[in-house]
Amino acid sequence: MSLNGQAYIVGAYEHPTRKADDLSVARLHADVAKGALEDAGLTKDDIDGYFCAGDAPGLGTTTMAEYLGLKLRHVDSTECGGSAPILHVAHAAEAIAAGRCNVALITLAGRPRAAGAALALKAPDADAPEVQFELPFGPATQNLYGMVAKRHMYEYGTTSEQLAWIKVAASQHAQHNPHAMLRNVVTVEEVVNSPMVADPLHRLDCCVMSDGGGALIVARPEIARQLKRPLVKVRGTGEAPKHAAGGKIDLTWSAAKWSGAAALAEAGVTPADIKYASLYDSFTITVLMQLEDLGFCKKGEGGRFVQDGGLISGVGKLPFNTDGGGLCNNHPANRGGVTKVIEAVRQLRGEAHPAVQVPNCDLALASGIGGALASRHTAATLILERA
Amino acid sequence: MSTTNQISVSGRAANQAVKPVGPRRVPAPRALPEALPFWEAAKEGRLVVKRCADCGETHYYPRDICPHCLSAHTEWIESKGVGTIYSYSAMGKEEARYTLAYVTLDEGVTMLTNLVDCDPATLAIGRRVQVVFKPSDGGYPVPMFTPA
Repeated sequence: MSLNGQAYIVGAYEHPTRKADDLSVARLHADVAKGALEDAGLTKDDIDGYFCAGDAPGLGTTTMAEYLGLKLRHVDSTECGGSAPILHVAHAAEAIAAGRCNVALITLAGRPRAAGAALALKAPDADAPEVQFELPFGPATQNLYGMVAKRHMYEYGTTSEQLAWIKVAASQHAQHNPHAMLRNVVTVEEVVNSPMVADPLHRLDCCVMSDGGGALIVARPEIARQLKRPLVKVRGTGEAPKHAAGGKIDLTWSAAKWSGAAALAEAGVTPADIKYASLYDSFTITVLMQLEDLGFCKKGEGGRFVQDGGLISGVGKLPFNTDGGGLCNNHPANRGGVTKVIEAVRQLRGEAHPAVQVPNCDLALASGIGGALASRHTAATLILERA
Repeated sequence: MSTTNQISVSGRAANQAVKPVGPRRVPAPRALPEALPFWEAAKEGRLVVKRCADCGETHYYPRDICPHCLSAHTEWIESKGVGTIYSYSAMGKEEARYTLAYVTLDEGVTMLTNLVDCDPATLAIGRRVQVVFKPSDGGYPVPMFTPA
């Protein structure tokens, strides 16, 4: 069954905080739920489906249903890291199409900054079979992505300066976002001269660490048409995990190759039709990999695609992350998925900041990579249309 | 990545990382039953990997069930302990600096490891390396690699 046209995103809300010293994780989830309901013009009694991932406290859907006082008939706590909310939109559309719910709430929130870096790191799962073969070697997120960047440079001649252009583009957009953590415009020189974190990635190749979150409301078409907000249709969806394949490791491509192909096929569009893209930006290299794997350029040509402002709204071929993305604006709970969908919705509604709004933005893509590119991750791709 | 891995985040800001004082301590592997022969071999300075008796494929990390064909007829084979660097990334300051790497063994599988006893600035993808076992923090020694 195709999900094209089966559901609409009718509500979207991003928490304004970036440091939640006095807010609990449950409260943050509730704040964003309330914000998205107000945006949609719905009430909590309209919600009959609820979706959240591993960032939600306690038993996730059960715990938050109680905190929010929800009466539900469909729940889904599919956990795949930062890409989860993008995948949840597809799962919500499935549930709506199957008659399991009419209005689905999706929340993501957390407070790793307020909790401190040590508290933000959960203890490794003793039963995860790979941990004994990895933990002794110190895989921190930064050096895992560093290895992907290093291999890309080796295979295709990609340079640190090209990667830096991705951060430059994000900073050009973030200067217009009053909520962004980093609003200063940076240059390629400033990126490549920032301290080396995990060779070849510099500090400014890394996303911010922030508290906060976001929420989405997905509804069946008949309900969406009764609401006053501009219509944003779910047109294409895709999800896929990629892993170490029993030791047949190839770091030159991500699972976005699979999830993107599925989403484009379901939507019946090509990358050239996409007017705006929200691309997961845990690191600059994450963006480069998705550009190639989603088909915006050929494998190995990502560096040339992004250089000289290729991703800057109003300047380049493909405006991306016009809120400043995870690189400059917000990466709440160490998960950038929900903010990717929210900015895509803003663009399709024509509600992005005027300085970065893409003219006549009628087709947008949101892509997420949850987990780590170098070991195991799940990609999710969403294609949304202004209806 | 928060469910089943040592890294609970996808994209933790680097400048928030707590820097250890002194050389990085190597956490002891928490050996699971199906991997015990790997760690017992490590104690003897031997690197072993698994091969499927049915489909013939070698796999890593080692497990009872072959990830290529789901056969339970997997057997331990001795690795020569030599391979080539697939990729690497050096991280951390001064004494605590270490180099995470993927090394492709001559047996055909690629494993996560560290490159040690060398200057990271002299390393390159494709460089030949050989295994060297290093002590962990109160547990089994772990297989790392050094330029051959």
